[in-house]
Amino acid sequence: MSQPKTKDHAALAEAFIQDEERVDWHDGALWYIRAKRDIASKGIPEWEELREAASQIKSNVISNLHGYLLQFEANLKKNGITVHWADTPEEHNEIVYAILKAKEIDQMVKSKSMLTEECGLNEYLEERGIGVINSDLGEYIQQIDNEPPSHIVLPCIHKRKEEIGELFHEHLGTEKGLSDPTQLTRVARKHLRNVFMTRRAALTGVNFAVAETGEYVVCTNEGNADMGAHLSEVQIASMGLEKIIPQKKHLGVFLRLLARSATGQPITIYSSHYKKPREGQEMHLILVNAGRTRQLGRPDFQNSLKCIKCGACMNTCPVYRKSGGLSYHNTISGPIGAILAPNLDMKKHADLPFASTLCGSCSNVCPVKINIHEQLYKWRQEIVKEGHATSTKALGMKAMAWTLSSPDKLATAGRAGRWFMHNVPFVVNNKLNPWFKQRDMPDGPKESFSEWYLKNEQDKPE
Amino acid sequence: MSTREKILGEVLQNQPPSLPLPDISGFRGEAQGVVQRYKAVFESIGGSVFLVDDFAAIQTIIHTNYDTEKRIATTLLELTESFEAIVPNVAPHTYEDIELAIIHGHFAVAENGAVWLSDELMGQRIIPYICQHLAVVVRAESIVPTLHEAYDIIGEGTYGFGGFIGGPSKTADIEQALVLGAHGPLSMAVFIL
Repeated sequence: MSQPKTKDHAALAEAFIQDEERVDWHDGALWYIRAKRDIASKGIPEWEELREAASQIKSNVISNLHGYLLQFEANLKKNGITVHWADTPEEHNEIVYAILKAKEIDQMVKSKSMLTEECGLNEYLEERGIGVINSDLGEYIQQIDNEPPSHIVLPCIHKRKEEIGELFHEHLGTEKGLSDPTQLTRVARKHLRNVFMTRRAALTGVNFAVAETGEYVVCTNEGNADMGAHLSEVQIASMGLEKIIPQKKHLGVFLRLLARSATGQPITIYSSHYKKPREGQEMHLILVNAGRTRQLGRPDFQNSLKCIKCGACMNTCPVYRKSGGLSYHNTISGPIGAILAPNLDMKKHADLPFASTLCGSCSNVCPVKINIHEQLYKWRQEIVKEGHATSTKALGMKAMAWTLSSPDKLATAGRAGRWFMHNVPFVVNNKLNPWFKQRDMPDGPKESFSEWYLKNEQDKPE
Repeated sequence: MSTREKILGEVLQNQPPSLPLPDISGFRGEAQGVVQRYKAVFESIGGSVFLVDDFAAIQTIIHTNYDTEKRIATTLLELTESFEAIVPNVAPHTYEDIELAIIHGHFAVAENGAVWLSDELMGQRIIPYICQHLAVVVRAESIVPTLHEAYDIIGEGTYGFGGFIGGPSKTADIEQALVLGAHGPLSMAVFIL
């Protein structure tokens, strides 16, 4: 079997869990956010009805996406926003570059956009002499550390404050050893304020795009999207096709669910509705495919497009909490990432649907009721069918299928296994047995159930 | 075939059979006690609420709580004797050193503490974000229970830009420690008239 180019989730997670204290801390931090989500959701008696409504609205969206895209485009144009379409990540990046080049702009400020992270926008622009600064504090920290975000809402949740302090000391000249979050934030505030003041172009993501009115909503806690946008000459918004919602009033449902699911807040501090350019300003919106139409065409997985990117599934997932987002080698990590990524590159991300216990907690917290755990299971079947399962798994499955194919085979295998466990335990208790890595093997039973039953049936009372 | 046609063609071909929209008209909030609920929620988020009878009271509170030596600007006609008036036709960058901005809000939402404002009330779009401290005046009778009532009022909207603002800017990106004052204002006060 050839060596994979990127390490798979199991290998990356194994590295992550070496530092047990850090894993416990990471686990606790994310569970704390899950707990806040629970408090917030329990404060809304109609929470489950809201989830159901959101789920149905998004099902209507993906089943009528063609019409909504046309409606949205027409309304954007009426509002004076220039509309672009990008099929691939490269096309998206080319469009952004062209917009900036046309105005001779070589510096841009960006607020959080996972889509542009997917597209590798920053690297593309840097290679062509355009500087991009991520203004979201967590993304800024990841940027100066040259590391991708590990969580879609909390980009540096895996970093300790001392590590962040060290980065600020190196890049912003703060004193060595300073790790107080408030003081570090104040330094970043000052530095990024200067960035906002001097950048002629700002790029944002899109949380919700309203087809009915041709406007889009951007949700932040920091105010960085607005600081960039309202000081810019050119404002660009990048959105995935699936971010559409049909009508303005649906925002009531989604904005009630989003922040409560993500962080336990009743709403993000800023929910900004961008509709028309400012006097003297240009506004652009780029509609991006990047594999979404392909996912749309997969009946088992199209519901993954309902995702509103809240991150609740990541916060609750026991595997994510203990392995960290960077173990998923994909921009979108965690449970939702594991059902989106194989569509983008089945070979590269074949391991992700297996990085799960199928406990179903993700589906339980998803505000739009995506059946994540079922899709994880279905992806496993797809991946094995396409021949992308790891050879150990494939062999293991074949061996199990052979063993279970007849009662005689099972009985023979069982007898042999019990004999070895009693008489030559090291055959089983060794490095080749994954179970044995962290656990002791149980004592083998003295006899199989069949053997016991046959013996005792003779003694049973008439 | 253009990219646009290619994408739209694939969407049309791949989208599943249509499922209907749900009826969301049943989602309503409780109108009783909205002012008190608003106050409780907004204060729990880290904002300040002042129940006032008139603009004179607002004036007094501002003089007590803020450094009036620094630049204070407002869109409120009632306060432009004491403070600078925000004008729409200068570059937004000129407002970089605003210490306190005092503006109207259209209404507020009790369930989440948010105030709704549109660009017609902001003076300039940048104002509520660039100031170090923000103060918003809303009428008590305008407070609604939930976002559902809010969007009934907003409707399609004639604004070019509008936003909910739910408190002082914040971040918890550094080890989940909550810090008030990220890029937007460090504090926010709501005067309920």
